[in-house]
Amino acid sequence: MEMLSGAEMVIRSLQDEGVKHIFGYPGGSVLDIYDALFQCSDIEHFLVRHEQAAVHMADGYTRATGKVGCVLVTSGPGATNCITGIATAYMDSIPMVVLSGQVPTGFIGDDAFQETDMIGVSRPVVKHSFLCKKAEDIPVAIKKAFYLAATGRPGPVVVDLPKDVQNPKLKFPYQYPESVQMRSYNPTLSGHKGQIKRAVKALMAAKRPVLYVGGGAINAEASADVIQLAEQCNLPVATTLMGLGAFPGTHKQSLGMLGMHGTYEANMAMHNSDLIFAVGARFDDRVTNAVDKFCPNATIMHIDIDPTSISKIINADIPIVGSVEVVLRQMQEMMTEMDAAKEQEDLAPWWQLIDTWRARECLVYEKSDKVIKPQQVIETLYKVTKGDAIITSDVGQHQMFGALYYPFKKPRQWINSGGLGTMGFGFPAAMGCKVALPDEEVACITGDGSIQMNIQELSTCMQYNIPVKIISLNNRSLGMVKQWQKMFYEGRQSHSYMDSVPDFVKLAEAYHHVGIRVDKPEELEPALEKAFAMKDRLVFLDIAVDPEEHVYPMQIKFGSMQDMFLSKTERT
Amino acid sequence: MRSILSILIENEAGALSRVVGLFSQRGYNIESLTVAVTDDPTLSRMTITTHADERKIEQILKQLHKLVDVLKVCELTDGAHIERELMLVKVKATGAKRDEVKRNADIFRGQIVDVTQSVYTVQLSGTTEKLDAFIAALGEATEIVEVVRSGVCGIARGERALRP
Ligand SMILES: Cc1ncc(C[n+]2csc(CCOP(=O)(O)OP(=O)(O)O)c2C)c(N)n1
Ligand SMILES: [Mg+2]
Repeated sequence: MEMLSGAEMVIRSLQDEGVKHIFGYPGGSVLDIYDALFQCSDIEHFLVRHEQAAVHMADGYTRATGKVGCVLVTSGPGATNCITGIATAYMDSIPMVVLSGQVPTGFIGDDAFQETDMIGVSRPVVKHSFLCKKAEDIPVAIKKAFYLAATGRPGPVVVDLPKDVQNPKLKFPYQYPESVQMRSYNPTLSGHKGQIKRAVKALMAAKRPVLYVGGGAINAEASADVIQLAEQCNLPVATTLMGLGAFPGTHKQSLGMLGMHGTYEANMAMHNSDLIFAVGARFDDRVTNAVDKFCPNATIMHIDIDPTSISKIINADIPIVGSVEVVLRQMQEMMTEMDAAKEQEDLAPWWQLIDTWRARECLVYEKSDKVIKPQQVIETLYKVTKGDAIITSDVGQHQMFGALYYPFKKPRQWINSGGLGTMGFGFPAAMGCKVALPDEEVACITGDGSIQMNIQELSTCMQYNIPVKIISLNNRSLGMVKQWQKMFYEGRQSHSYMDSVPDFVKLAEAYHHVGIRVDKPEELEPALEKAFAMKDRLVFLDIAVDPEEHVYPMQIKFGSMQDMFLSKTERT
Repeated sequence: MRSILSILIENEAGALSRVVGLFSQRGYNIESLTVAVTDDPTLSRMTITTHADERKIEQILKQLHKLVDVLKVCELTDGAHIERELMLVKVKATGAKRDEVKRNADIFRGQIVDVTQSVYTVQLSGTTEKLDAFIAALGEATEIVEVVRSGVCGIARGERALRP
């Protein structure tokens, strides 16, 4: 058998796992691994400027492709800098493997230099973690890490690697396992047949059904199955922030996004529904509004691979544990077996009602020829990219404008931090997408606040020539915070104003990128055209948008899903 | 509602902290927790007593099951079961109190396992209520120096078993 050191085993295991790209930052406790990496030509490493960005890059890489992203960092500060990134991936069920260095086993517990209990610190935000105490443990730990990350409900896995375990002088027999089995881990993939029958019956009987689709449908690659079922049964489809693209936003049955900033028609349909069919969604508080007023007349049908998501917030009348993709196929088979079909006409009255809600045109905003409206930026971005770009987002008003005004056609096209709401996610995530899919246009919608949380990555983009487009909706403020202060704190803008935003154009230029400042509405489209014409350049578009604009619709706190503000002056 | 949960878990470093972490992270309460290796040295068995409504217990069971190290989880209080707790109580035993303590220990079927001129140490096992009652009785009879309890461990009656 081949003899390798611990450090070599780490790199060889990654190669054997098929890893092509890795994102990281070196330091004392991973020097041996970095040395082994230096001698390996199959894995491309991206040196970031802050470890948090490495994790977001790996995360974006994964979200864009479904391939498990991989991170390598040193112990102590390198490891703790990853936590926000790991938590971001955890909240959105994104598979990822984070390899962290650790002080030598003999020093663990002594408050050694750059020692942090990474297993302990990361515990609440990982799916699982491993501490390798012997070099011989490394291949199995890495195999298990990739297996756990990607199967069942996906999530991040940490592998902590003490320095002595990597020792390049000590060689051990190496064999990468073909597969791993864990007696304590057996995720349920297919749904219970009896429950599937009940689900089909309920769907056939429903007069006012809504398909409520979340990120689980994207993770499970179930988009085609969702579309098929929706079309067959003529179902209206509402998508969560995480589910955007799982059902095409351009489809005539799409109601758009639901929830706190969901469309009027999506939220009205939910509230007035008699059957809510949740598919890979988890009844997040950003969706339900007040739980006790949630969809009073609806039977709740819920498919989720994670049993803990079912009946956690809203009690499910028909729970089905399983992979969305598998269960939807089982439902198709059951429909054939039962000879069940839904007449398209069946739901005509329901669609008529929905059309009256659509007629309210909740996304129409006041246009201006003096100042650029943020909604208009997204609409123009859609036009210029023909709706085909991969869009990542940061967190704030710009994120909601992105979600509402760019109808996503396909899964993995909209990439944002939904669960944790991490400002600083968008730019490094876009970089990860571009590394994974160099032929795709990748644009990051961001704000003047968020972009500054990981702006140092302009340097990484310079080093590796990662030509993403940064679309910054500059409102000189933490717009979303300001919106809440205007609405709920009598306008007291406590620390939501950015008194000194840098000259982003010069900043981009300092890193040898292209910066373009856009102030006037008529400059917007030409600037976007120009930016996307520069295929191999990073372009930073600093777009001055109307700072007074608010995101609407917006659910009214403590209300039901149908209680919404529709503009500064209208409410339901 | 008081529930007793039995957990079969990999006997590995970090497994216990994942269970304890889950409880604190999600705001579930732990009244007592016992853990030790089983006849199979690769497995540990835990017993946790907690207070929560039925829906919360359901969620706790699911969350426990979701932990990668956990093989099996069940709620013992769901069916017929046996629960035991072990207690050691050190009490003042001087003068007339010596007899009084001995009498109480006999009534509760406790054993005096250590004796000095001034103290007795009594060992008692039984349900939580029995132990509570014994402490109350001893408190009337003499002065309690210290108490240590193992926490509940339990097992289902009959054929029902928690095996891998
Ligand atoms: C790391 C982090 N810190 C704080 C917040 C709270 N927060 C949510 S939105 C927001 C303002 C974002 O400002 P900006 O990026 O300029 O976007 P805008 O709302 O102005 O479009 C803040 C501070 C957060 N989501 N993430
Ligand atoms: Mg802003």
